[in-house]
Amino acid sequence: MSLEFEKDVADIEAKIEEFKAKNPEPTGTLVKDLNHLELELAEKLKETYANLTPWQTVQVARHPNRPLIRDFIAGLCSEFIELHGDRLFGDDHGMIGGFAMIDDHRVMVIGHQKGRDLDEKIKCNFGQACPEGYRKALRLMKLAEKFHIPVVTFIDTPGAFPGRDAEERGQAEAIARNLLEMAALKTPVIALVTGEGGSGGAIGIGVGDVVLMLSNAVYSVISPEGCASILWRDGTKAGEAANALKITAKSLLQLKIIDEIIPEPVGGAHRNYVATMKATRKTLLKHLSSLKKVTPKKLTLRRFEKFAAMGRFK
Amino acid sequence: MGWFTKTKKTAAKPDSPAKEEIWIQCPSCKAHIYKEEWDKNLKVCDRCHFHERLNWQERVNLLLDENTFDELNPKISWNDPLKFSDSKGPYAEKAAENCEKTGMKESVVTGSGKIKGIKVALAIMDFRFMGGSLASGTGEKILLAAMYAVKHKLPYIIVSASGGARMHEGIVSLMQMPKTCAALAQLREANLPYISIMTDPTTGGVSASYAMVGDIHIAEPRALIGFAGRRVIEETIKQKLPEDFQTAEYLVDHGFVDMIVHRKDMKEMLYKILKYAGCR
Repeated sequence: MSLEFEKDVADIEAKIEEFKAKNPEPTGTLVKDLNHLELELAEKLKETYANLTPWQTVQVARHPNRPLIRDFIAGLCSEFIELHGDRLFGDDHGMIGGFAMIDDHRVMVIGHQKGRDLDEKIKCNFGQACPEGYRKALRLMKLAEKFHIPVVTFIDTPGAFPGRDAEERGQAEAIARNLLEMAALKTPVIALVTGEGGSGGAIGIGVGDVVLMLSNAVYSVISPEGCASILWRDGTKAGEAANALKITAKSLLQLKIIDEIIPEPVGGAHRNYVATMKATRKTLLKHLSSLKKVTPKKLTLRRFEKFAAMGRFK
Repeated sequence: MGWFTKTKKTAAKPDSPAKEEIWIQCPSCKAHIYKEEWDKNLKVCDRCHFHERLNWQERVNLLLDENTFDELNPKISWNDPLKFSDSKGPYAEKAAENCEKTGMKESVVTGSGKIKGIKVALAIMDFRFMGGSLASGTGEKILLAAMYAVKHKLPYIIVSASGGARMHEGIVSLMQMPKTCAALAQLREANLPYISIMTDPTTGGVSASYAMVGDIHIAEPRALIGFAGRRVIEETIKQKLPEDFQTAEYLVDHGFVDMIVHRKDMKEMLYKILKYAGCR
């Protein structure tokens, strides 16, 4: 599925499909022709993705084929033992977690689940977690702390679920509690924004010693559409709002909100899962190794100082 | 009240000089009240108990012993990390207007003071400044007041009044949520009490951070306290919500607020709680 701004790319991809259909086993000059088309595609992709606007980046971050948490788990972890429930109310499908092995590191993986097909998406509330999701995340984080294993969170959510029941079960309190407990957690935390970092819903599992973003991910206090409808009084001005809010990985690095950008393959993560996982694994392993060397006391102090510095300008 | 005398029916806003307005109209039940009575009752309607919003100075007068308030970090002001501008113009202009209007530099005033002799660290949000929105200056002041409490072994009280995180400072505003909570984690580590007072409104990024991690949660009657906006929720679930949804009373019923305290009893209640917390 191609995005609106990928029209030129889509045209070339269509040409290649057509060519391959006509010539399933090309020989001689046909091979040269195919190579030429594929080169053209690579160039066009590179050109298109080198200059994405913030609003275009949002489209990539929300791409229907973008890797989701279970893809990251499959691509990064040799083992995943899912854990369920918050022990208080229920099991939120919008937030999953469990023990995982990343190379030889035992970790606790936690993250939003958006769901792939429509049925799954509905079951997962499109990745909009409820209080029981944040409380499950907290339970698992405290477990990781007890077992002295690092926490790795995968953030990809349009926001915390704005439902009546969610509100009544304390959506605000659940997020707030996580913020406080994560700040004090005596085990390393790596937070990675893989897709949409939707405001409070995202930061609710985002208080990390290290905060990473995939290069086409976005992270914002409000969705561009939401901002546009309030400050531009026009929901269609989302593009302008996206520009103003500085929501791209590059902006967030400049603002010192995140620590590192994980480069996506040209054309976006959805085009090449293998390359995406390779780059992600490399970065995670680097930080897992270095964070494990820090004492728990120093970790929490550094984490406090890291967040204390946000919003300080000289 | 004289049947044949003409009375002035002007609703005066809390901050306007109202030299000639001797009557106030309760914003809730519309009853006419002498302004003098209104002020004496701490801007609470004596008919329906509606609690009008207070500015920070009024809150200081309400909660602290006279002449004990010492402001902390008065110079910390708003920032413009995104160089933000929307359809109405630059954020910098809007912020400057709010400074002019309120005499404040940010949406919170912090300091120390005494409650019946007990010294406390205090943060008071003021809705007049950009809807009490949480932004970088706000978060910094709240953090520094918490650290002051840790240093001087004081209990900490935060009075919340906010529409949530300030969009104009973007992701930097969002990060004030973990920032303030990290400061409260330090306070907890030091075993110091933290009382969260929720006033109308306490919403969004503020309710989803410091407001909801108090040792004790006190709310003013009928204060709006919630995470998402009512309209957003109704649009999501395609249902109408009950009238008392997201009121302080509703939150008590659903388990998130310890008590609702009438403004006139607030100072005394704080004192009692502080005594239970071992403060002297």
